[in-house]
Amino acid sequence: MNTPTDHPTRRVSVIVNGTLFLREVECRKHLVDFLRDDCGMKGSHLGCEHGVCGACTVRLDGRIVRGCLVLAAMADGHSVETVETPAPSPRLRALQDAFIEHNALQCGYCTPGMLMAVLDLVERRPQANREQVREWISGNYCRCTGYHAIVDAVCAVLDQQRAGRFAANAVEARA
Amino acid sequence: MNHPTELPTRRDLGAELPAVTEDQRHIGVAIPREGVRRLTQGRGQFVDDIELPRLAHVVFWRSPVAHMRITRIGRSAAAALPGVIAVVTGPEIAAVCKPWVATLAHLAGIKSAPQYPLAMERATWQGEPVVAVVAETRAIAEDALALLEIDWEDLPAVLDTRTALDPDTPLIHPELGDNLCFERKLDTGGVDEAFARADAVVFEETYVFGRHTGVTLEPRCQIADWNPGDERLTVHHSFQAPHMMQDLYCRQFDLQESQVRVLCRDVGGSFGIKVHAYPDDFATVALSILLRRPVKFVADRIESFTSDIHAREHRIQARIAATKSGEIIAFEIDDLTGIGPYSMFPRTSGIEGNQVVNLTGGPYRHKHYRAALKVVFQNKTPTCQYRGVGHPIACAVTEALVDGVAMKLGIDPIAFRLANVIPDDAYPATGASGIKLEVLSHEACLREARQVCDYEALRREQSELRKRGVFRGIGVAALIELTNPSAAFYGVGGARIASQDGATLRLEPSGVLTVMSSVGEQGQGAEAIFAQIAADAVGVAIVHVRVITGDTDATPYGGGTWASRGAGIGGEAVLRAGLVLRANILATAAVILQREAGGMRVMRGAIHDADSGERLLDLAELGRIAYFRSDTLPKTFTPELMVTRHYAQRDYPFIFTNGVQVSHVEVDTDTGFVRLLKHWAVEDCGRVINPMLVDEQMRGAIVQGIGGALFEECLYDTDGTLRNGNMADYLVPMAAEMPDIVVSHVQSPTKSSLLGAKGAGEAGTAGAPGAVMNAINDALSPFGARVSSQPITPEKILRALGKI
Repeated sequence: MNTPTDHPTRRVSVIVNGTLFLREVECRKHLVDFLRDDCGMKGSHLGCEHGVCGACTVRLDGRIVRGCLVLAAMADGHSVETVETPAPSPRLRALQDAFIEHNALQCGYCTPGMLMAVLDLVERRPQANREQVREWISGNYCRCTGYHAIVDAVCAVLDQQRAGRFAANAVEARA
Repeated sequence: MNHPTELPTRRDLGAELPAVTEDQRHIGVAIPREGVRRLTQGRGQFVDDIELPRLAHVVFWRSPVAHMRITRIGRSAAAALPGVIAVVTGPEIAAVCKPWVATLAHLAGIKSAPQYPLAMERATWQGEPVVAVVAETRAIAEDALALLEIDWEDLPAVLDTRTALDPDTPLIHPELGDNLCFERKLDTGGVDEAFARADAVVFEETYVFGRHTGVTLEPRCQIADWNPGDERLTVHHSFQAPHMMQDLYCRQFDLQESQVRVLCRDVGGSFGIKVHAYPDDFATVALSILLRRPVKFVADRIESFTSDIHAREHRIQARIAATKSGEIIAFEIDDLTGIGPYSMFPRTSGIEGNQVVNLTGGPYRHKHYRAALKVVFQNKTPTCQYRGVGHPIACAVTEALVDGVAMKLGIDPIAFRLANVIPDDAYPATGASGIKLEVLSHEACLREARQVCDYEALRREQSELRKRGVFRGIGVAALIELTNPSAAFYGVGGARIASQDGATLRLEPSGVLTVMSSVGEQGQGAEAIFAQIAADAVGVAIVHVRVITGDTDATPYGGGTWASRGAGIGGEAVLRAGLVLRANILATAAVILQREAGGMRVMRGAIHDADSGERLLDLAELGRIAYFRSDTLPKTFTPELMVTRHYAQRDYPFIFTNGVQVSHVEVDTDTGFVRLLKHWAVEDCGRVINPMLVDEQMRGAIVQGIGGALFEECLYDTDGTLRNGNMADYLVPMAAEMPDIVVSHVQSPTKSSLLGAKGAGEAGTAGAPGAVMNAINDALSPFGARVSSQPITPEKILRALGKI
């Protein structure tokens, strides 16, 4: 157990949005703090810091995780993708467009985490219906929209996908 | 629960009203907010994203108990931790920041005690900041918190509003003489006579509204940056009213406006939480001044729950009288509300109760009304204005009473409302409480609501399902909402909170437009609608408009975002500035082209011949000549291509809006769980500038209202400590529980402005608790059971049903 004056560190090597970061981090540091403080990636936000609100949702080796429940040390040797990726996939771009089109964000604070969560849905649950979309995003808190427009936006992209829009873009297998 | 809805269409509501500009192409149209694209890419700039040279981080040791006397602060161990910069106590902060007392002259008799940035000898609620620890990182500052040695003596806590004024209850501020912050009585006369009439049917009930809070996903946060070199303070603040804070920093720290710049860039939700001046705001600024370096404060979630303002906590005894023939004749309420240990700075904590008094019974024609209000101090987190401010309470009480008496009379709730609302052709009108109502549309909204929810079909379905043991309810709520406030809200009471706002429009040399507004953006879409208005007022495409807000160095002076005023006040200033700029552009074109200005028009980025439509001069060419070739213009003429106009609404104290909400629910009478099936809202915010954004304001606000009605409550233990100060235990609405929400519009523009827009941000929160409570009580009606305490939990429903 750490005392206030004793914080062991560890050297980590993490690929974040395609770039390799080598950093010395305290073992207690969470992944989202590592992204924000050590990698300069401010796009993932902190809402509750205990895994409830979903604002810090990022992809770790293709799986969505809460950045506040994963330690930076656990990401050592792994790959992280956030909404700030300079090379968004066609599905992520479509979701970003749909969020604007449907006004599925107001303040935008939950949006990075929400987008990473629904990207996972679009990739893994292509047949999801409206109710399943609501269920899927029930781990992501949005205080502004009332959720209706987010559900509309996600359903619109699911419809586009079912109509073949992303047929040329295979979903990457999970690591 | 889920009904697919139509994809968004470019709905144009502007065509339903006479145009306010010559070539209106943007006002009234559902144009997406292109300005939020960066937020979808994680490229926002929230306060915690900002890093500055020499930046230090502050955390606060906050009172762990409801009421205590501080007996010792041992800080040597904390101060000795490597990386700790300073450990600072209340008296040290008080040496540079004056205390404040939050009262308003027009709330007669309101009182409070002097409040300091950090507690001095006593702390009066769990969460009050006591000691500041500043360190190189937030983590080190938090480590140092654990090394503070603070001793205290517990003092008795005043918690229950019902006993707060009892003679044997301890006084929170002995110098005030009692625990009463504010009281108000209103009596039109004739109330007792109305209730005593032989043909009166009376319905009476007590309503309880739990404490809840805003839970902005981005917590309160700021960076205070005192630069000793130029003696200037820059504050990056997640906030709604930058000029108000500039003024307060000036007053509390003896500075001038020229020394204080407040910047509000991206704000991660506000809802009224971020329009108040918190003790830790001032402490952070004081620390920056003392330490001569920037200091960042970002509340964590437990701090948010115990130090963000709370709201509601009202207990209201209420009754209504109607004649046997179905005419409402009188309302009476007695409201008791608890506001924590201090009236909140600078808007005071008397406003919510005051609004309940003003608004109860608001939609109706009765002449007799009596209200009593008592606002009491208690050792809980201070309460203040949060989205809706009194409206959700007044509406829920009013509409529950209306349903209650309609049921006694055996009259359908919508028919009963149609018969009793102030009719649409009776405006301007004055409500029984004395409120001035310019133009409302209760009848039109009720008819639209009945049609859009297919009310008769819902009733038929309800009746069929009851036979099968399925209990659905349909709840209706009519509401009024005060928006576009004049100086009557705060200014007349002595608060230095601007009721006017300003807009500056500048035509750039390339023909694009820059708009600077004193009303900022917290996600509602203020910048988007300002761009729409500016584009139409001047005559350019919206892609050529850039909007700048949230910087006291750059924008005109104004009130900012509160009381649903951004569109109606800020938007009007943009329109007026734009119309003048357009005239100035035409005057410039007249000089360049040697033609009469009256024969030309500005449209679509160019000067056109008014008759033939011939394109005469691009704005880019006009800009080039005006800015770079003044040598070619007559010496007597100077182009004025930057225009500022201000607007304050002065025709009425407030411009009221109205609306009707319908909630459809199913109650599981075995578990007490409520399923929200669907929700309809008909709203009238006057001229709609962007229907999609108004829809989204309604939906988000309705869900916040539903939160208060069903889930959200700050639960206190018997010792006055918060039991559920985290997002797992404090229940907020999540997507799966929420219904789809259908919004329709009726437009009754206000004549107090050219634009005709009223506010839209709070009506959803105002109406939802009443609609949902009425729906649940409708579902429970076969059992003769009623609920009247919010949040309406499964436990309360089962108790009402006699099952537990």
